[in-house]
Amino acid sequence: MIRNHFVLKDDFQLIKTMNMKLINIQTRKFRLLFLGFIITLLYSCSTNEANSGNNESGIQNSGENSLKNSTSGTEIAVEAPPLTDGIFPCNDCHSEIEPNPERRELVDMHDDITAMFNHDSENRWCLDCHDINNRDSLRLASGKLLDFKESYKLCGQCHGEKLRDWKVGVHGKRTGEWNGKKEYLLCVHCHNPHAPKFEGITPEPPPVMQENISYMNRKNDEQ
Amino acid sequence: MKKDKSRRSLLKNISLASFAALAATGCNMKELEEFFQRNFRTLSDKEKDDIINNLEQKYKEKYDKEFQVSAQAAMDQVEFAYALDLSRCVGCRKCVYACVGENNQSRSPQIHWIQVLQMEKEKGIDFAHSDVHYNPEKVPEKGHFYLPVACQQCQNPQCTTVCPVKATWQEPDGIVVVDYNWCIGCRYCMAACPYGARHFNWGEPEIPAEELNTDMHYLGNRPRMKGVVEKCTFCIQRVRKGKYPSCVEVCPVGARKFGNLLDPESEIRYILENKRVLVLKEELNTQPRFYYFFGV
Repeated sequence: MIRNHFVLKDDFQLIKTMNMKLINIQTRKFRLLFLGFIITLLYSCSTNEANSGNNESGIQNSGENSLKNSTSGTEIAVEAPPLTDGIFPCNDCHSEIEPNPERRELVDMHDDITAMFNHDSENRWCLDCHDINNRDSLRLASGKLLDFKESYKLCGQCHGEKLRDWKVGVHGKRTGEWNGKKEYLLCVHCHNPHAPKFEGITPEPPPVMQENISYMNRKNDEQ
Repeated sequence: MKKDKSRRSLLKNISLASFAALAATGCNMKELEEFFQRNFRTLSDKEKDDIINNLEQKYKEKYDKEFQVSAQAAMDQVEFAYALDLSRCVGCRKCVYACVGENNQSRSPQIHWIQVLQMEKEKGIDFAHSDVHYNPEKVPEKGHFYLPVACQQCQNPQCTTVCPVKATWQEPDGIVVVDYNWCIGCRYCMAACPYGARHFNWGEPEIPAEELNTDMHYLGNRPRMKGVVEKCTFCIQRVRKGKYPSCVEVCPVGARKFGNLLDPESEIRYILENKRVLVLKEELNTQPRFYYFFGV
């Protein structure tokens, strides 16, 4: 096959030189010679094709990269998203405030959260998730304190089905490598924990209507 | 006898004229070589390397940028599949434009490999009444759901069987690819595809040089020419290096899932085993590797 390739290249050389001479050629003899070259060219092309047909194994891609540890993809959880500026650590303020376990509507502080709060607001309030004594921690129903980085465990108390799907990468988004290192996003990267329902988003522009697509290329038109 | 003679002279004149035309167009060696280049599947590794070097050189001259064109083969023990969560997709079209950027689709005339269809919940999956040009202030719209369609990477593809020159085929990892240099532009494959997933370059594709993705695969996102068919390749230039396709990474709701069908631990296998899954136009026996599922 390789040899044939070289033959083909030689033919190209000949054609090139012949092209240059073309203008000068007028005699019948040379015309015949040309015809001969075309035939050899075509012939070498077709033999190339015929030879390559035998090379069936070349069609099957012999992949060098075998998938060795397909199942052991390591997953990396990314950092929890930053909390609102100036409110963390919570204990800076809360350590000086007497904790009040009574369920009530906050008016002076955190009223922005109160205003948007939409997470089973009839039944739940701050201290269902935030710990009363250590505001820098979350608290599971069991009473166990939880770092903000592990907030998914807290969410999973109620949304067990989502947690299960999230752990296998079906709920939520993973980025990285399909057969290797993956990055998780935590629940709170996408859902606001105080109002978890997704807001509508502005769509990207629709495709051009078929009748408005200009198929005629400007450059070509000029030519 | 006379007839014979005239035929001979006709042939001669035709050949002479074609050579004259060749000389007149100023065809150089590289162009000739490209013209006579054989089907990608019949090339030896060395020939592939040569072609790719030429391509990189050509693109560098044309766009004044460095390009990496890969011809990386399929990995062993890998069969790609895709899943899309219909209960999550909000129809924001971010995937459409991420795909355009990643895969160097023509901006003018516009080509989109992904089409997001808006459908009415009452009607279910009803292609005839779906809308691809929806453009409200905010999505999702009430009473509607969204069904993005691109190449379904069928296990039993119709597009490859109708190609008269075998310019399109299924790779061992399941990706259906096109050899743009071998494609003759007959568009039989477009007629055969029941998903409208193949797109034709009616004009010379226009892509701003600064927006070109320089990380390319020969069978994927390298710039196409006028008169050839193109299609989604699961981002072959990314997935053969282990990365997720571009649309998976950009989806803001995590509706898009991708992985290896042969890996029992993959997301795809979990979805197939645990979720309600459907494929489009199942009755046609195309056996897509693109599954739609309901995450809830």
